[in-house]
Amino acid sequence: MGKRLNSIVKWIDERFPLTSNWKAHLTEYYAPKNFNFWYYFGSLAMLVLVNQLLTGIFLTMNYKPDASMAFASVEYIMRDVDFGWLIRYMHSTGASMFFVVVYLHMFRGMMYGSYRKPRELLWLIGSGIFFVLMMLAFTGYILPWGQMSYWGAMVIINMIMAIPVIGEPLSNLILGDFTLSDAALNRFFAYHVVTLPVLLVTLVVVHVIALHEVGSNNPDGIEIKANRDPKTNIPVDGIPFHPYYTVKDIFGVVVFLILFCGIIFFAPEMGGYFLEYNNFIPANTLQTPDHIAPVWYFTPYYSMLRAATVNFLWIDAKLWGIILMGGSVAIICLLPWLDRSPVKSIRYKGPYFKTALTLFVISVFVLGWLGTKTPTPLYTLLAQIFTVIYFAFFILMPWYSKIDKCKPEPKRVTK
Amino acid sequence: MEDIDKKNEMSGRRRFLITATSVAGGIAGVAWATPFIMSMFPSERAKAAGAPVEVDISKLEPGMLLMVEYRGKVVWVLNRTSEMLATLSKLNDQLADPKSEKEQQPEYAQNPTRSIRPEILVTTGVCTHLGCSPVFRKEIAPVDLGSDWLGGFFCPCHGSKFDLAGRVYKNVPAPTNLLVPPHTYLSENILLIGSEKKEEA
Repeated sequence: MGKRLNSIVKWIDERFPLTSNWKAHLTEYYAPKNFNFWYYFGSLAMLVLVNQLLTGIFLTMNYKPDASMAFASVEYIMRDVDFGWLIRYMHSTGASMFFVVVYLHMFRGMMYGSYRKPRELLWLIGSGIFFVLMMLAFTGYILPWGQMSYWGAMVIINMIMAIPVIGEPLSNLILGDFTLSDAALNRFFAYHVVTLPVLLVTLVVVHVIALHEVGSNNPDGIEIKANRDPKTNIPVDGIPFHPYYTVKDIFGVVVFLILFCGIIFFAPEMGGYFLEYNNFIPANTLQTPDHIAPVWYFTPYYSMLRAATVNFLWIDAKLWGIILMGGSVAIICLLPWLDRSPVKSIRYKGPYFKTALTLFVISVFVLGWLGTKTPTPLYTLLAQIFTVIYFAFFILMPWYSKIDKCKPEPKRVTK
Repeated sequence: MEDIDKKNEMSGRRRFLITATSVAGGIAGVAWATPFIMSMFPSERAKAAGAPVEVDISKLEPGMLLMVEYRGKVVWVLNRTSEMLATLSKLNDQLADPKSEKEQQPEYAQNPTRSIRPEILVTTGVCTHLGCSPVFRKEIAPVDLGSDWLGGFFCPCHGSKFDLAGRVYKNVPAPTNLLVPPHTYLSENILLIGSEKKEEA
């Protein structure tokens, strides 16, 4: 049996680089031996991606991308299609969990300096994945054509219209109409199920290729490739990804799936955070719901959008809001060039960076919470303060990361 | 080795041919993309939609708001009471553009009531911030809007406030007053929204 298998593999290897790729990316890809809890989220993101692709395909079999039928077709999936409710909840919960694992994955990168040289491009590709993910979430949320689908999309479209000069023709190009209507729903469906998933999968493959070129960072933020065994040329602090980390990641998958199933079966709406109550009402073009807020993963940016209430310089408050919102996402790309610290990992960074990162995390949570609330003067003031903190984390980084009192990095990875 | 390098050096002729081919390819690329991009703009059917709408306002009691759909968006017709009209002059210093100087209305609505007939307000019910539809809050001094609220429109999305003539308050996200669409009266009770020419009805 073994002999037969070997001969098959040999036959393939002569025609396709199977064994060499298997080795390069799994059995002979050496990852640092000191990965911890935070290193689960990359592989979990991949798992959720597969979940979204698979459940998404089955949803398209019953969904109708037509403004007069979309809402009813989603209800049809929920009530009449066998197990349709499960597939739809797997998809909607998967969307939220995608952001949970991606945010934790990004935070890991910020803690351990995974964006620093030589991983700048890796960080940029990852940022690209994050943008595509946000577009996927946005286009997907429109599809049920409920009240939140419609009015959420309306707000985003009006942001595009507010861009000087090109805004109006650009929004016509995006909507295929002069206002949000059936034409837009139909094409957002095309983006959501074809264009963006293809782009996302491509970027994920590119992300992994780039990672395997430069090698994984680790909680100590030191390069394991700098210390190789003279005989084998293998990093002394590296262990083969397979079987060591495949087994570790499978354990992570099991724990994650327990949580995931818990949400699907017991709290798929998550108290209105994963699926908003207003989206169980069909879209009404004449009336905005009394309280509108985006899904939780967009609320920090949404808070910054409405924090701008003052005309400043020659730009009015509305455009400032849009600039802040766009800027809050775009500025993440610049991290590799903003951090001037001599060390990568938070373990060896000084008090300034630790304080700044803590304040940053607090500001993201507070802005996220404010984004779910109806604006009042106090909440608007809070949003303004925490918007300043959010941006200060990035803009002041070249300064505070340079003068920070860092500890020396170890030569070898520690526990 | 040197011989090969010399051969690989670009001659003027080769460089010209590469440039010319690239330019031709670029033009072909633009030509190829054109139909795809054009197909994404509003179709002929979408362009044809959006004819003016006629509204019968004979049953619109004072204080009542009528919502009309015009080009897929909501247009409000508000029959203002004399008390409502009296609030308009009190608010000038709280408003961003009290005299309606920005072009958010046809000339015939650039007046203190922003309307043709003083009591009938016709305006799009679309917030000039990001397109939500504000809520008609006619009660005076409700808890959430403060004791100096004299009635108006409040946008639930981002907190913009407008008075009963659709004029925007200061220090809210919305930059301009609500947009008054072209409109005219065909008779005592028939309002035409979307055109000021009676013959287009």
